Amino acid sequence: MIFALILLALIVASVMFSVGLYNGLVGLRNRVKNSWSQIDVQLKRRHDLIPNLVETAKGYMKHENETFVKVTEARSKAMSAGEGGSVKDVGAAEANLSGSLAKLLLTVENYPELKANQNFLALQEELTSTENKIAFSRQAYNDDVMMLNNRVEMFPSNIVAGMFNFKQSEFFEIEDKEEKKVPNVSFN
Amino acid sequence: MWELIDSNKRKSKILFFSMFVLLEALCILIGLALEYPRGGYWGAAIGFCLWAIQSMVAYYFGDKIVLKVSRAAKVTKEAHPQLYNVVEEMKIAASQPYMPEIYVINDSAMNAFATGIKPEKSAVCVTAGLLETLNRDELQGVIAHEMSHIINRDVLFMTFAGVMLGSINLVAKGFLGTSRITSGASRRGRLGSSASKIHPGFFIIAIVFSILAPLLAQLFYFAISRKREYLADATAVRLTRYPEGLASALEKISVSASNLVWYNKITAPMFIINPMALENSSEFLSTSTHPPTHKRIGILRKLQHGGTVSFRDYQNIFSKENKDFKLLPKSALEDKNTVNVRQASAPEIGGALLGAAGVGSNKASIRDVNNLIMATSGFLFMPCTCGLKIKVPPTIGKNQIQCPRCGRYLTVPSITSNISHKEEKTRDIKGTQGVFERTNPDSWETALCDCGHSIQLSPIFRGRQVVCKKCKRKIQINYPE
Repeated sequence: MIFALILLALIVASVMFSVGLYNGLVGLRNRVKNSWSQIDVQLKRRHDLIPNLVETAKGYMKHENETFVKVTEARSKAMSAGEGGSVKDVGAAEANLSGSLAKLLLTVENYPELKANQNFLALQEELTSTENKIAFSRQAYNDDVMMLNNRVEMFPSNIVAGMFNFKQSEFFEIEDKEEKKVPNVSFN
Repeated sequence: MWELIDSNKRKSKILFFSMFVLLEALCILIGLALEYPRGGYWGAAIGFCLWAIQSMVAYYFGDKIVLKVSRAAKVTKEAHPQLYNVVEEMKIAASQPYMPEIYVINDSAMNAFATGIKPEKSAVCVTAGLLETLNRDELQGVIAHEMSHIINRDVLFMTFAGVMLGSINLVAKGFLGTSRITSGASRRGRLGSSASKIHPGFFIIAIVFSILAPLLAQLFYFAISRKREYLADATAVRLTRYPEGLASALEKISVSASNLVWYNKITAPMFIINPMALENSSEFLSTSTHPPTHKRIGILRKLQHGGTVSFRDYQNIFSKENKDFKLLPKSALEDKNTVNVRQASAPEIGGALLGAAGVGSNKASIRDVNNLIMATSGFLFMPCTCGLKIKVPPTIGKNQIQCPRCGRYLTVPSITSNISHKEEKTRDIKGTQGVFERTNPDSWETALCDCGHSIQLSPIFRGRQVVCKKCKRKIQINYPE
């Protein structure tokens, strides 16, 4: 009798414990989803800004057609990747877009008239901010993914994760070749 | 980060409770001393009422009082896109669902603060001087610091702690003041019937306690406030991944000599730099709400050189300088990820990579601030096709203007009087020639008189009538209910 009661108590305790683990996992998975949608909003915002930027800049930069074509192409590629590509594809396409945008903004340096244009300045601020927001939402997303992946892999939550088919999520990496080139100088 | 927030919430409750106990103990002792033994109950009841009223005032009006006192003006995205964007970026970095309101104070001193008991109802406020002087990265650092105060629930914590401190001070000072009179009276041998109930033993204990309690509470309060500053720095760096931005902002702010004109003891901990004193030398026994700025800058610079900015790195550097003083709770340090410092945004690397927008010269940012002030005082911003932004004063009185650069003619939208002329009956005040309805009395509003003169109504103006300076017409002001 006592043995049966102890057994029952143990079973109840372990069920409660696994329910807690399961709920924790679900919460994390939803947070990953939510932070991914945050990134998505910002990526779309960038796609919407680019045509305006190109329109404004075109009037001043008549000899830079190639740069514009590249930006527009990168944008449409990124947009199609966003509509059903994997996290990795989106990352690659967006990195490409970032690169060509950076190049466009570098060439703007040669056009002081464009740099003085209020519309352009406002667009540039918007674009800068959107880039930052992408970076920050990526940061938040990757933090959440890290937490989910740890839970999925670590004992004891990995048992519950295996039973209910929780999978590890992919990190969102934007490989920026330009960024890697800059050396980090320190004077310590 | 979540572990940190949870532990902060827990600690807030403990502190809140112990401050309450201190207040109650003080009140009961005073009660016992004045009228033994029934006075103890009276003391407890009075202490509780004092605490409840003060807490309620702080909870419901705390944020609004600060913003009112500071005469801060609310800023929309149109008025200052960069400031708005920076705040939104930090909101995203902290993965907060709520966007704080943004306010600007028209003051050349450099400072910033956050208010709001809950993240849902929070606000960040910066001075015009700060916007003028800082570049984008530095502004981001400052906003991240303020955002950290909000997400760490420091505002809640410090407001309530401040209220407690205020109550304890009040009660202790009140008692010491009256005790001088009572003891003086008893010495002169004019003991009344009520004074005879004074219990001498408790009277002495109460006096000692009234001297000690405010001191204890104050030290407690200041020590915690300073710790919270370090925590907010650590969180800010975690959000921006760029310690240098906050470090150089702090440097610029601490160098600028002008102090804010208004502040008080309760609001001081919410500022990025203590508005009461510029620098304080000794640390753990000092009565300053903020740690010495050079120390904060030092830690941030070391993080920048180290290249990683997780909470663990901040704790390591901090404990090296402060003999293993524990800044962060253990649970927050379990996060083993390395978090790398990001690159500086544009100006440092070549000038036009992503991020150069609007941060360039000091002149440009001064223009930004001027625009902002114009926008809050009713100026109209009209973009021309040539790219020039024309600022139209509310007093223009024409409906067409010529662009000063390209000569195009532009139509000015709706520059008409916004004063209604209802029948005499609806006007409460005799002799007025029009009624202006204020829609949002907490911000600047412009009443346009029929003669074309504009009257600026400030957020603190609550008069019922104004007189147009040009045509001497009297205009009645109505407020929403």
